[in-house]
Amino acid sequence: MDHLPALVNEAKAAIAAAEDAQALDQVRVRFLGKKGEITALLKGLGQLSPEERPAAGERINEAKQALQQELEHRKQVIEQAAMQARLEAERIDVTLPGRGEANGGLHPVTKTLERIESLFQHIGFEVAVGPEIEDDFHNFEALNIPAHHPARGMADTFYFDATRLLRTHTSPVQVRTMQSQEPPIRIVCPGRVYRSDSDLTHTPMFHQVEGLLVDEGVSFADLKGTIADFLQAFFERDDLEVRFRPSYFPFTEPSAEVDIQCVMCQGDGCRVCSHSGWLEVMGCGMVHPAVFRHSGVDAERYTGFAFGMGAERLAMLRYGVNDLRLFFDNDLRFLSQFN
Amino acid sequence: MKFSEAWLREWVSPALDTQALADAITMAGLEVDAVEPVGAVFQGVVVAEVVAKSQHPDADKLNVCQVEDGSGEPVQVVCGAPNVDIGQKVPFARVGAVLPENFKIKKAKLRGVESRGMICSASELGLEEGRSEGIYVLPQDAPVGEDFRAWLQLDDYTIEVDLTPNRGDCLSLRGMAREVGCATGTEVVEPSIAPVEAGHDAQFPVAVSDEERCPRYLGRIIRDVDVTVSTPLWMQERLRRSGIRSIDPAVDVTNYVMLELGQPMHAFDLDALKGGIEVRRANADERLTLLDGQEVVLNEDTLVIADQDRALAIAGVMGGEATGVTGETRNLFLEAAYFSPLAVAGKARNFGLHTDASHRFERGVDPEITRSAMERATELLIAIVGGSPGPITEVTQPAHLPRRPDVELRRERLSACLGVRLSDEEIHRIFQSLGMASTAADQSWHVQIPSWRFDVSIEEDLIEEVARIHGYNRLPVRRPQARLGLTTDDEASLPLRHLRRHMVSRGYQEAVTYSFVSPDLQALITPDAVSPALANPISSDMSVMRYSLFPGLLKALMHNLNRQQHRVRLFEAGLVFQGELDELVQTPMFGGLICGSRDVEGWSAHRDTVDFYDLKGDLESLIALGGQADEWTFVAATHPALHPGRSAQLCRDGKVVGWLGALHPGIRAQLDIKPEVYVFEVEQAALVQGSIPQFKPLSRYPEVRRDLAFVVKEEVEIAPLIDAIRSRAGDWLTQWQLFDVYRGKGVDDGDKSVALGLTWQHPSRTLNDEEINQLIADVVEVAQVRFGAKLRS
Repeated sequence: MDHLPALVNEAKAAIAAAEDAQALDQVRVRFLGKKGEITALLKGLGQLSPEERPAAGERINEAKQALQQELEHRKQVIEQAAMQARLEAERIDVTLPGRGEANGGLHPVTKTLERIESLFQHIGFEVAVGPEIEDDFHNFEALNIPAHHPARGMADTFYFDATRLLRTHTSPVQVRTMQSQEPPIRIVCPGRVYRSDSDLTHTPMFHQVEGLLVDEGVSFADLKGTIADFLQAFFERDDLEVRFRPSYFPFTEPSAEVDIQCVMCQGDGCRVCSHSGWLEVMGCGMVHPAVFRHSGVDAERYTGFAFGMGAERLAMLRYGVNDLRLFFDNDLRFLSQFN
Repeated sequence: MKFSEAWLREWVSPALDTQALADAITMAGLEVDAVEPVGAVFQGVVVAEVVAKSQHPDADKLNVCQVEDGSGEPVQVVCGAPNVDIGQKVPFARVGAVLPENFKIKKAKLRGVESRGMICSASELGLEEGRSEGIYVLPQDAPVGEDFRAWLQLDDYTIEVDLTPNRGDCLSLRGMAREVGCATGTEVVEPSIAPVEAGHDAQFPVAVSDEERCPRYLGRIIRDVDVTVSTPLWMQERLRRSGIRSIDPAVDVTNYVMLELGQPMHAFDLDALKGGIEVRRANADERLTLLDGQEVVLNEDTLVIADQDRALAIAGVMGGEATGVTGETRNLFLEAAYFSPLAVAGKARNFGLHTDASHRFERGVDPEITRSAMERATELLIAIVGGSPGPITEVTQPAHLPRRPDVELRRERLSACLGVRLSDEEIHRIFQSLGMASTAADQSWHVQIPSWRFDVSIEEDLIEEVARIHGYNRLPVRRPQARLGLTTDDEASLPLRHLRRHMVSRGYQEAVTYSFVSPDLQALITPDAVSPALANPISSDMSVMRYSLFPGLLKALMHNLNRQQHRVRLFEAGLVFQGELDELVQTPMFGGLICGSRDVEGWSAHRDTVDFYDLKGDLESLIALGGQADEWTFVAATHPALHPGRSAQLCRDGKVVGWLGALHPGIRAQLDIKPEVYVFEVEQAALVQGSIPQFKPLSRYPEVRRDLAFVVKEEVEIAPLIDAIRSRAGDWLTQWQLFDVYRGKGVDDGDKSVALGLTWQHPSRTLNDEEINQLIADVVEVAQVRFGAKLRS
């Protein structure tokens, strides 16, 4: 019994010296195992007198508990060290790029069209589409552009034969919609259109979005409000100046060209706006009664407005693209800039 | 329409500077395209007279001249122009003058002879494009010593207006002045045009046989003219500033009157005409050589001016060469007529022509200006070329002149359309400034339409005029009112934008290629394709409508391969055009291609290139978006563009809706595409048609999985084998996996091992071994009987 303190010290030293879980367990077995040295002391209690036994037993148990605590503590330290070592060993370079497919991207024209569609969908417009090979009636006649009308010269038309052609605007979709649907009508018609023109600023194919709203009591004031809201929303500029200039389209009257304050120079004048401070971005007007007549809409009861814009033009202004032809080269170095 | 600001200001001169004037014109709906100075910037140039000329002692091509420039002392100047001569009035740049492009005139010695200044050519002063031949010789009445800029009124601008086709009435100074007057509230001063007294009474007979197309024709003889004199400089300058070249006095005067009043005119050489004028339709195949030297074959739809023998001119388009005015012309026959727009519309274009006259007649020339124009032209002509005018011959059929019925403008309609009420006073002011008389009634205004407004015939036309003159930007702004109603949304149908985004997340870039392609490329890819061809393509390689998305996508691929882009993944959504025009189907398609490495190049990527199954995987994933993958099959089939052993039809419910496969190596060779390319296209309609999910209760009972490996002949297709196995695996089969296809050791040559994992689960109880064993026996049996499959031990 007298060597208990020495034994405890010896055990503590052994615990402290144990470097891993296995060594620590050996220490435990040596002192606290079934045949351990401390266990042996407990077993030897029987040889003591009954008077001595309780006190000695208590001392041994205290020593045992102390050692158990030491062991537990040491175990935790060792485990923590082991975890630490493992974590250290498992360290990776988190700056290496991730694995897998890179994203592709939408064509900038699609981005623009979807954006326009969605802005109008939020105020109750629906998207309508139609054929690209059109007939003379839907592309011209119904839109108040009779044969030989000088307005036919406004769009250089691709023809297949005397009456069939590539649509020069998406306005035929308006006619088709009015023919098949009762007002109120609120649609936007995005799509490809074609004009036989090819130079720095024209491609023979481009995209338009046209819009149409027909209802009772629709006025030019509604048109102005809608267009100004749209342009300010599209360019995300609440203070974007918008002006309406009288113009002529056979299918609307009154007709207007819409200019915005140049988004490149904020109206100060630059190359993009030809130093005028204004950019022409779209055409619009009140639906001409002849168009209503051709489409079977009662022009006395209903009024409406229509507008049209070029998607490439808006995409160029929005994203700063300076060459229209890039849109149709499909060069990955161009396309991926919009991902 | 191009005109000089100074000329316009003779008619109407608002207190605005040039830019503000141009802005006012633009905001009136007549878009100003350009405002340009009529001459270049220069200073220090005066009118001078060449008073002496002698040969330069040391240079054959140089003259030493003395010029009188108003300073009192003759100035010596060396001049290289061949046309310089004594007595000429010339623009003279004194020492100290600054010519265009900051060219400073200094004292100089030319081959030893002192030269103090420079005699200028028109191009040196920016008054002529290109390089002038010799110095600019001024008229004799040019005042020596006067500043050249001031004398020629060069502080002037050319204003170019891009007129919309409805505003033919603005194709003249008269029309522009009216609009400027309206837009700025400025008074317009019309020049007074008095009838010219006839000097004789000779007339040339005029007969009009097509009165509908030519309701009014005026002619006049002018005798004893001398057209060899030159047009006065002021008129030449006005023409030049309006974009018209000076030709000879007769042509110049007719052009001048056309610019001034809007009336196209024509001068014939009277002595070349026989009998009398007849305005008639051309005979079939009648021929006429036009002023531009072109011979045209006329048809019965062409209105011509003829004499008793032959057609002389296409009415309202262009005169003929044989009867045009030449230097020898002594007697003129002057024409001013009103041809109806329909008489001229489209006619010029049929002959590949577009003239100032046809441009105006197509849009409508004021039928009431004819006589004024005739008098004006006569007055100007005799002042220049002399001669004696006869009386005017007029043939008018009033019934066929355009009628301009009064138009009623309802107050209610106006305010409903514009969202604003305007006072009677304002309305009258607007109409008055437009030359329209208006009277107010209870419910409306009654408006008379002037003869020049071909574009005003209905109420809306008046509403537009009111809005335009009142000012679009002063009109109110409002947001449309609408009843809030939900629109239906077809949940089972997949928006195209989802398909697009799905492709994007699988690494594809969206392409937009032209809908018309090269017929050669189309024939190479789809030799049997029938698609419409353009009658007037912009170029031959954009002349047929695409039958498939493949040609455009391949062209885009080649563009990128040629620019060192080796890994290409593209998709496109758009119409294809199949069939002859009469049976044409325009089908929305969705297509794409892949080429290059399977993985994006990277530190952990494999270097393998893409194959059929990469593309198929992308497609299956796209198809799965609709939730109806079971309805789709891939069936081996041949397509002319595709490798016959690596191509498949896509079928939905047994109907062919698309293709995928490897681009045919032969086509690759022809297009010089080195790497393998895999392409697909599918009808959008098939892709977007999805389903609404239907819930099935989850089973609480354990599932059982068994793996089976079959050995089959190499040529056995996997999909039908799996279909057969699935059909015999009972109702409780919940999943299956094809987890291995193996060839090699342990499997005979010509065979392959196909390993399947089958999973069963019963909704309401635990499946026992007996049941599973029976199902497996069934599966093995069908595989063996129908596909010769052996269970691999």
